[in-house]
Formats: sequence, C-alpha cells, structure tokens
Amino acid sequence: MNTAKSKILILVLLFPLWLLLYLNLESITDLLIFSLIGITPKTHLTDAIWFFVFEVPKVLLLLTLIVFVVGIIRTYFSPERTRKILGGKKLFVGNVFASMLGIVTPFCSCSAIPLFLGFIESGVPLGVTFSFLIAAPMINEVALVLLFGLFGWKTALLYMSTGLIIAMLSGYIIGRLKLEKYVEPWVYQVKAGHLELEEEKISFSQRISSGIDAVKEIVSKVWIYIVIGIAVGAGIHGYVPENFMAGLMGKDAWWSVPVAVLLGVPMYSNAAGIIPIVQALLEKGASLGTVLAFMMAVIGLSLPETIILRKVLKLQLIFAFVGIVAVGIIVVGYLFNLIY
Amino acid sequence: MVSVKILGTGCNKCKALEKKVRELATRNNIDAEFTKVTEIEDIMKYGIMMTPGLVINEQVKSYGIIPKEEEIINWLKGN
Repeated sequence: MNTAKSKILILVLLFPLWLLLYLNLESITDLLIFSLIGITPKTHLTDAIWFFVFEVPKVLLLLTLIVFVVGIIRTYFSPERTRKILGGKKLFVGNVFASMLGIVTPFCSCSAIPLFLGFIESGVPLGVTFSFLIAAPMINEVALVLLFGLFGWKTALLYMSTGLIIAMLSGYIIGRLKLEKYVEPWVYQVKAGHLELEEEKISFSQRISSGIDAVKEIVSKVWIYIVIGIAVGAGIHGYVPENFMAGLMGKDAWWSVPVAVLLGVPMYSNAAGIIPIVQALLEKGASLGTVLAFMMAVIGLSLPETIILRKVLKLQLIFAFVGIVAVGIIVVGYLFNLIY
Repeated sequence: MVSVKILGTGCNKCKALEKKVRELATRNNIDAEFTKVTEIEDIMKYGIMMTPGLVINEQVKSYGIIPKEEEIINWLKGN
C-alpha cells in the first residue's frame, strides 16, 4: 500500500516537471543552440540542428507520457474481454466496435494468429475480426504521438478517424463478401481451450506498473528510430529546397496517391522512423493526402503481418484484404488532396 | 519436477521469456523440465490469445507479457 502511494506521489511530482520541460522546450533549445554553442542563426546547418535538438526531446517527452497513459488504459481491455464484447455483435455494429477496440486492446503483430483463431473460434464473425486486425496495428499510440508532435493535433485526429473508417468499412465489406471459404479449413476445427483465469482484481498500483513497463518496453525499442528519423527529417528540413516535393508528391500529380500506397505496402518501417521523414517532405511541398496515404500503407499494411496471416488465410482472402484496405487508403488520400 | 512450457511461435519475447525462466530455475535450484510449444494448434489448446504464454504444471500462468522475476519464482516453487 505504501509503495502504491509513493508510486503515485512520484508520478504526481514528475508531471509538473514534464510540463515545464515540454512547454519551455523552444526557449531551452534556443538557449542551448544560440547562446551556449553559439552558432550563427539562419544557416542551413543551424536550421537542421535546431530542428533536431528541438524535435527529439519533444517527441520523446510526448511518447513517454502517452505510452504510459495508454499502458494504463490497456490494463482495462484484455483480448478476452474484447472477444466477449464482439462475440454477439452483428455485422456493422460489430465492425464499429471492433475497430475502436482495436485501438485500446493490447496487440502485437506476433500475436495476430492466436488472436485471429481465438476470435473466430469463439464465434466472432470474420469481417468483424478483420476490422480489429486492421485497426489494431494502423492506429497505434506511437504513430499518433508522432503525428501529434510533428504535424499537430488536426492531422493526428484525421489519421485516427480515417483509419477507423477504413477499418470499419473494410471489415464490413469482407464480411459482406462472405469470404469464409477462403479461411484455411483447419481454422474452423481448432478446439481452443478456455482459459479460466480468475478475474483478478488488478490494483491501481499494478496498472501504474503496467504503464511504466509499457514505457520501458516501447520507448527503449523505438527511440533509436525516432532519433534517426528526425535526423533525416532535419537534413531535409535544412537542405532540401522549398517545393522540391511539389512535383513528385504534390496535389497536381494525380498518380502520387496510388504510387505512395504501392510503395508503402511492401515497405516495413515502424511509424517512429517514417513519420519524421514524411513530415519533412510535407514541408517541402508534398500534399497531405499523399503523405497520409503513404503512412497508412506503411504502418497499416505490413508485409510481415500479411505473411504471418497466410497461415490461416488462403491467398484469395489475403489479396482481398490487402486490396480492399489499399483502395480505402487511396480514397482517403484523394479525399484529403481534394479538401486541402 | 516442475514442468514448464513456453508457448509461442518464436517471437523475440518468447525467447526472452524462456531464457529468463531457465535462469531463474537454475539460480534457485529448481528442477524443471522445459518444453517449447510452437505449433499454433497446440498453443490454442491453452486458450491464450497473446504470446508468449507461460504454463507451469499445465496451468497457464501468464500470457502476452514477460512476468516479474518474483512472480515466476513463486510459480516455479508451486505457490
């Protein structure tokens, strides 16, 4: 009990410190770069260095906070509970629920197969299961933090809401097309055991520990990609001329959206590395729709996950899945190029 | 003899879990027999939806995470 209290106390004390750092990062960066190191402002090199020194701590601070909070939220959502919620749901309502639960349920692509089997075996419809499998990797906290930190909250919200819609509709279409026959037959014969874990009451202190564990696990894994991504972004920021990307990834290049998706699907990079680079490209004249489409294709449709799914799905269904999601992403890309 | 089963299709976390449990068993002089369950059908029999799973004496102790050392030791000792 005392450890729980002290844990909460430490966190309460840490938060103002976090806030202080976060809100003053710009002046700290200025101080560091111009006063202490004393480089002359307004050169390409200074621009690039400033960008790097400012963005890396900013994104890492945000990441730590959000991963911690999401880590706590996830203790309220186990795959078992999600499966129970989805079990009795009809198509569409089920798709809506599955997509949203995909965000908060703990998920790692290495668990995609047991999760798929567990859902199907307990009677969650195929289309609903797919909504979950599309939303879970596409809308993850790391991607959202980077989008929020580097692009602002509007883009983060856009990404999240369009990602949700793609997951809902793609799952719904897969369900409507009745593609069950393209699931490997053995899947329907799996007799899964039913785990009788006593619903342990998790104390709040344990939830906090889970949050801290999540920070340790995720931040230690992705920080290096963030640093590299922002370094490349900083280089682009400082050295690539304005409007350089306009012809290539700009609005007027109608083919840029499908090409971005085609390039993005086989590319497997985690969000942490790709988003800072893409952000820099946006600044140089790439259009938001194209950039969003590219990110969604890279993050949401990954080759390794598709290969893993081959174990339970026949090729036809894999192609249908990738095809439907890719079309959804392309539509989103065009839509945003049209609006902005 | 304690029977320890690591359920997982070979992700990094599964390997890390196995290594940790082995170390803890050796360090605490617990006689344990390790089995790796890698076939998905067999994993599903334990009803877990996240890997790695840790099964001690045929009881699922944890899944999806690498548990804390003290917890693992307790399980190995049969508590």
